[in-house]
Amino acid sequence: MNVLSEAWGWLTTAANWHGSDGIPTRFLEHFEYSIEAVLLGALIAFPLGLLTGHTKRGGLVVTSLANVARALPTLGLVVLLVVLIGVKFRAVMIPLVALTIPPILLNTYEGVRNVDPQLTDAAKGMGLRPWQVLWRAEVPAAAPLILTGFQFAAVNAVANTAIAAYSSFGGLGRFVIDGLATTDYGEVAGGAILIVIAAILNLMFFAVLRRVLISPGLQPRKQATA
Amino acid sequence: MNLFPHIPSYLGTYGSLIQQQLTMALLSVLFGLIAAVPLALLCVRYPKIYPAMVALLTVIYSLPSIALFVLLVPSTGLTQTTVIIPLAFYSLAALVPNIVDGVRGIPEDVRLAAVAMGYTGIRRLVAVDLPLAVPPIMAGLRVATVGNISMVSVGTVIGVGAFGALFTAAAQLSRSDLAVTGIVCIVALALVCDLLLVITQRLLTPWNKRRSR
Repeated sequence: MNVLSEAWGWLTTAANWHGSDGIPTRFLEHFEYSIEAVLLGALIAFPLGLLTGHTKRGGLVVTSLANVARALPTLGLVVLLVVLIGVKFRAVMIPLVALTIPPILLNTYEGVRNVDPQLTDAAKGMGLRPWQVLWRAEVPAAAPLILTGFQFAAVNAVANTAIAAYSSFGGLGRFVIDGLATTDYGEVAGGAILIVIAAILNLMFFAVLRRVLISPGLQPRKQATA
Repeated sequence: MNLFPHIPSYLGTYGSLIQQQLTMALLSVLFGLIAAVPLALLCVRYPKIYPAMVALLTVIYSLPSIALFVLLVPSTGLTQTTVIIPLAFYSLAALVPNIVDGVRGIPEDVRLAAVAMGYTGIRRLVAVDLPLAVPPIMAGLRVATVGNISMVSVGTVIGVGAFGALFTAAAQLSRSDLAVTGIVCIVALALVCDLLLVITQRLLTPWNKRRSR
């Protein structure tokens, strides 16, 4: 296994673990970009999803938007923005945020819209105001699906951050792109393995989040993936 | 701005790029489907393995394409195969849960009626179960097809990205028009394929007068 030994050699070279282009720095950068993209995306998509789901209006727009967004090539968007506005943080962040919006929007919408009407009726009957119905009945009941939406958004963000390195930016994708440019396959494979590790850490984070955030009554049920 | 500028000849022609993009994207969906059907039926038959299967597929789906492409290069080289293999696995992740839901969602009385009419084994599967599961299966196919058409472009980092090559050229030559053309072509291809799948679904399920989604 030449690949693994080259990657191992690169990963165990002490010099690769130091400095502004070292592995720890790139790892932190990768998570920084991903988290920022998900949070900015959530800022836009979560309220919109709650609104459309609660009012049960705008479903067609939401689903069409998600469909078109799936077709958008991240690499193309990043390159386009870098060519247009230069190598700036915005050039990378705009496409990253754009691609976290659809899963959060779609799953929040679907989750809230499909909450059992008996539950919301009971909440109304108990005298809850509309926003209390949303916050105290609909959101907790839809939490599994909403979290799945956030997980998809984070998966997109981690993957797209890796791709965004193509246009000279940080994160773990840097190693892959730089390694390809200098034909240092150890660096390419080592970087790819680190990206895989980042993706798996991301999933583990969401597994924990699911335990913490989802009400015990909803825990044992497996929610479907979107 | 001219939406379809003359593209540098070393990249190929629009025709050849469309052909490459569709070859890689659609073959991977096809391979994914071929593997997904038996896996999904296995999960329907043995429900206990389904959660583990979903977990595995979630992990596979979360692995970034760029990492998988470069890790495969030593085995399969700078070829379309290297792009097709990871995309086929992504398709699998989109398809298996949908096929399972589809087959599980068949009403019990329909199943009993089919048995009473003498349908057994493979014949019941092909003539009754799978046709009734067409809508969710097609939903999975649409997700996989649209996603793959877009993701093929990442292959340009290993030199086989079809329209993704326009992004490389755009970055190297600082030509935003090439990037726009690439994006427009990829989105257009994805939406056309999506539309064709919707039409196929209507043709395959003439009993569904009203579209559910």
